[in-house]
Amino acid sequence: MSLDTTHAPVTSAAVPRPVAPSGARPVPFRGGGFRHKPLGFVGPLVFVALIALWELGSRTGFISPIALPAPSEAFAAFMDLVQTGMLWTHLEASLYRLVVGWTFGSLLGVSVGLAIGLFSFVRAGFLPLVSALFPIPKIALLPLFIVWFGIGEGSKVATILFGTFFPTVIATYGGVDNVDRNLIRMGQSFGLSWLSIVRKIIIPGALPAILSGFRISASIAIVLLVAAEMIGAEFGIGAYILMAGALFATDQLICGVAMLSILGLTISFFIGKAEKYFLNWRT
Amino acid sequence: MELMIENVSHHYGETHVLEDISFTLKDGEIICIIGPSGCGKSTLLRFIGGLEQPTSGQVLIAGEAPSGSLNPLTYIFQDFALLPWRTVEGNVSLVLEDHGIHGSRANAIINDVLARTKLADFRKALPRQLSGGMKQRVAIARALAVNPAVMLMDEPLSALDSQTRELLLDDLVELWSREKFSACYVTHNLAEAVRLGHKIVVLSRRPGRVRQIVEIDMPLGERFERMGELEETQRHLWNLMREEARAADMELADVA
Ligand SMILES: Nc1ncnc2c1ncn2[C@@H]1O[C@H](COP(=O)(O)OP(=O)(O)OP(=O)(O)O)[C@@H](O)[C@H]1O
Ligand SMILES: [Mg+2]
Repeated sequence: MSLDTTHAPVTSAAVPRPVAPSGARPVPFRGGGFRHKPLGFVGPLVFVALIALWELGSRTGFISPIALPAPSEAFAAFMDLVQTGMLWTHLEASLYRLVVGWTFGSLLGVSVGLAIGLFSFVRAGFLPLVSALFPIPKIALLPLFIVWFGIGEGSKVATILFGTFFPTVIATYGGVDNVDRNLIRMGQSFGLSWLSIVRKIIIPGALPAILSGFRISASIAIVLLVAAEMIGAEFGIGAYILMAGALFATDQLICGVAMLSILGLTISFFIGKAEKYFLNWRT
Repeated sequence: MELMIENVSHHYGETHVLEDISFTLKDGEIICIIGPSGCGKSTLLRFIGGLEQPTSGQVLIAGEAPSGSLNPLTYIFQDFALLPWRTVEGNVSLVLEDHGIHGSRANAIINDVLARTKLADFRKALPRQLSGGMKQRVAIARALAVNPAVMLMDEPLSALDSQTRELLLDDLVELWSREKFSACYVTHNLAEAVRLGHKIVVLSRRPGRVRQIVEIDMPLGERFERMGELEETQRHLWNLMREEARAADMELADVA
């Protein structure tokens, strides 16, 4: 009986609550900070404010129209492009080069990167080559590409292709190298076939690295696109900017640069979406 | 199906890891392997599962694996080794897909093993959403799905807190009582060893040799109630280990 009483269920009411003595104060808070809160509206706000300031500066004459055209003038140049239909001509030429060059560069890059990551023989043979060719600015090879692939689309696509190929290779084999060896050992211990291990363990494990490689290669592709279009192209955003520069049409120049920026933002938006979709398993 | 470990010795380069290890794992028997850190327990387990080969000696399988066993020698890892990009059911189906088991057949197996490991409500959860104990239960479910003849467990509970460890220990005993698998269970925890082991192989410090094989007759199901009687055995094991462990500890300090 006495046992029962000592083991009686303890209700929360039975736990005595401490009474704070007078003069007790809360522990001073020292945490917080060093952590980012999502403030999605601030970014666009800064953009708008800056452009408004700029516009104001131009209108009041504080910013000389020779040094920098007003945003409204750049926008007028853009509307001009829309009305003459040249927007689509330039955009189409640029997008075609970008998409073809980047797609094939990435596909080849991922394949070669996987091969380097998976086969010692390929690694021994190709890795020194990749390391030697990676640092060459591909734009330096453009004249050579013009000789090889012609002055037309071929040389421009080739520049972008080569430019995106190497960073993709390096990102991919780095990703393969970093796949948790324990997971591979687990696959082997369950008797998974080689192909299954590659398909279900190695490639998904390397995907984060591959996608962040895409982010880098996409921005390299835009740089190379403009550079290639500045050397012998009739249409394209790069050609448009070059022409504007030659005529000192700064409003058109700003318009072209803004289009590049929007292009870059759009690409990074889509890669961000892809990361969200494919890497939703990450914390 | 029986496993015979015969005169296994191994060295990695200059390091002599294991020396002349022999013992037999009988059908439905759980052998616990204990020994000081670095004495080669994990290495031995890799030999038993065929993931690595010893410098000399061999591991033999006698008799056929029970029919329906997809992967007779199956591991449960200390770090769970779950694919973070697959859900609980995806992690289980991973090991079925290669055997051509898909669709409703796979579903039936998945349902069964998740029910046995009390995970039925977490089918669609990703590993990052699970607690450590649940992750290890997923790993156990995955192992059960291939119907193993021998489970090879390398410190499966040592990444977990002590309450979760107790719960999972009970789960393991319950699973074994329902279906008598055999197992090699590597652990540092003597209490786990006396709760689970029919035999306990005590290894010496590196190079690991068999110091003693301690047999415990008490049925697994009764051990929780009769913990007091096992205390003697546990103390005996600790006495065997103490000197070795201390020496191993000093050795590592020397190397570093
Ligand atoms: N792949 C390897 N190459 C070289 N040395 C290794 C390798 N694997 C293990 N060793 C060495 O072999 C020895 C035994 O390692 P093992 O992991 O088997 O020990 P263990 O008994 O499992 O230790 P612990 O209790 O810490 O898990 C250690 O000294 C380790 O450094
Ligand atoms: Mg170990």
